[in-house]
This record gives sequence, C-alpha cells and structure tokens, in this order.
Amino acid sequence: MKSQQEITDDLASVRSMMEKSSKFLSLSGLSGILAGVYALAGSAFAYFLSMSMRVPNYRTGSDYHIIRKAPDLLWQLVVIALGVFVISIATGIILSSRKAQKQGQTLWNTSTYRIIVNLIIPLATGGIVIVTQIVYGNFEFVAPGCLVFYGLALIAASPNLYEEVRYLGYSEIILGIVCGFLPGYGLFFWAAGFGIFHIFYGAIMFRKYDR
Amino acid sequence: MKNPFENFDKILEHRMRLQIVGILVANESYDFNTLKELLQTTDGNLATHIKALEKEKYIIVQKSFVDRKPNTRYKISERGRSAFRKHLDAMEEIIKNQKR
Repeated sequence: MKSQQEITDDLASVRSMMEKSSKFLSLSGLSGILAGVYALAGSAFAYFLSMSMRVPNYRTGSDYHIIRKAPDLLWQLVVIALGVFVISIATGIILSSRKAQKQGQTLWNTSTYRIIVNLIIPLATGGIVIVTQIVYGNFEFVAPGCLVFYGLALIAASPNLYEEVRYLGYSEIILGIVCGFLPGYGLFFWAAGFGIFHIFYGAIMFRKYDR
Repeated sequence: MKNPFENFDKILEHRMRLQIVGILVANESYDFNTLKELLQTTDGNLATHIKALEKEKYIIVQKSFVDRKPNTRYKISERGRSAFRKHLDAMEEIIKNQKR
C-alpha cells in the first residue's frame, strides 16, 4: 500500500512528465518583446515612407488609398513587412535555442515539429488569400487578414506552447476583426497587433518563464 | 468500508509505468530514445517497463524503418487510456478521503 505522500508525488510527477513531453518550454519571452519592437520600427518606417510620397489629399484613416495612388509603395511596404517577419523569426530561433541550451533541452524535438506544422498551415493559407486580394487591389484586406490568420496560427500551435500564446492568438483575431470594420487604419492596427501585443505578451512570458 | 485501493491498477502503480502511459496520453506517439531521455533512465529499465505495458495491451508498438534504421514508436491504446483515467480517479479518491 502506498502512503498519501507517495500518491501525491506520483500525481505531481505524471503531471510534469505530460507537460514536459508535449510542450516546447524553451520559447523565449524576450524574443517576443524584440519582435514587437521590430514591428513598431517597421510600422514607423512605413508611415514616414507613405508620408514622403506626398500624395495629394492623403490623410490618416484612408491609408490604403495611398497605395492606389503610388504603386511603388506597395512593394516597399511588402519588403518592410517581410523584413520584420524574417528578423523576428531569426531572433526567436536564436534566443529560444539559447534558452533551450541553458535548460539542457534540445531545440528540435517532436513538439517543435508539431508547432511548425500547425503554424505553417494557417500562415500559408492566409498568405495566399492576402496575395489574391492584393492582386485585385483590395488593400484594405491586408492588415485585418494578417492579424486574423496570424491569430489562428498561434491558436493552432498553442497546445504545444505556453498558454499565453493562445491568449495572444485570441487578441490578434479580435483586433483583426475590428480592423476589418475600420479600413484605412490598417497600419495602426498592424502596429498594435504585431508591435504592442507582442511586447505585452512577451513581457508576461519573460517575467514568468525566462528567469 | 470498501478498500480504497481496490480500484488501483496494479500495472500503473509503478511510477515509471504511470509516467510512460501519461506521456503517451499527452502525445500522439513517442519513440524509445526520446522516452529514455525524458525519463532519464537506462535502455534495460525502460524496455522492461514497456514490455509490461505491452503485455497488458496498454500501449501499441509500431515498428518501422527511418533511413534503414529501425525506429520503434509507441502509442496509447484505448484500453491503456481508460486504465490511466481509472487509476488517476482512484488516486484522487484516496487523497480526498484522507483529507476529510
């Protein structure tokens, strides 16, 4: 017969094993904060670039009109967005692999593999849908589309990650839907979703898990 | 009063076997080496426990080849899943009863 203490220990050990075996616990909170900072810098750059186009009658609240008037801007904005995306992913991989090393874990395991598959499906779908809309000149769709599909990707990947990732996913979807009703403020919503939200949730994760 | 340990699963009473089943409940499948790393145990020890679980049909063994190397993966069976649930319930029951 087992003592109560032994049973309590058994329960605690099986719980920690189930979590350890299915979750990628090396995701760096700091990389979330940095991704937010890159996104804010990219948004500010995009804003000043749009202003420098000197399109007559341009005002905030109709930011997609400017792309119709200055077609070159489209590609410059795409380059900025992809640049922010690539640097953020690279930062995430570098900082998470360092954290994994510190924890005596490996970066690549079955959980990471599942996270990547779960992220790629909604992200690639969203990317293709957004491109189809750009082709037809529906620039209003870009910012809400990015936010909603990114949110879906985070929720899809969240079973193998910290629970904060799921809340970030919900937040992005809600923000994206609101953004869909306010065309013309896309850049501001983009900056809020990819900048401020990342810094906010990154900071929570940093405080909770990085130290 | 009935014996509170009567619902205890003899096979899952051993902590490592309980952990193995827990890991397989939480994941679609797991391979031998990753399991060994996670549980920080030896080949022989893990193999013994896995054999016991296999004999009881709590887990399903899938043998395949990856790059011509044998790769063995384990999955939870429905029998194993329900045994795990029942055993956890029994453990919970004991803790609850003793708190009163």
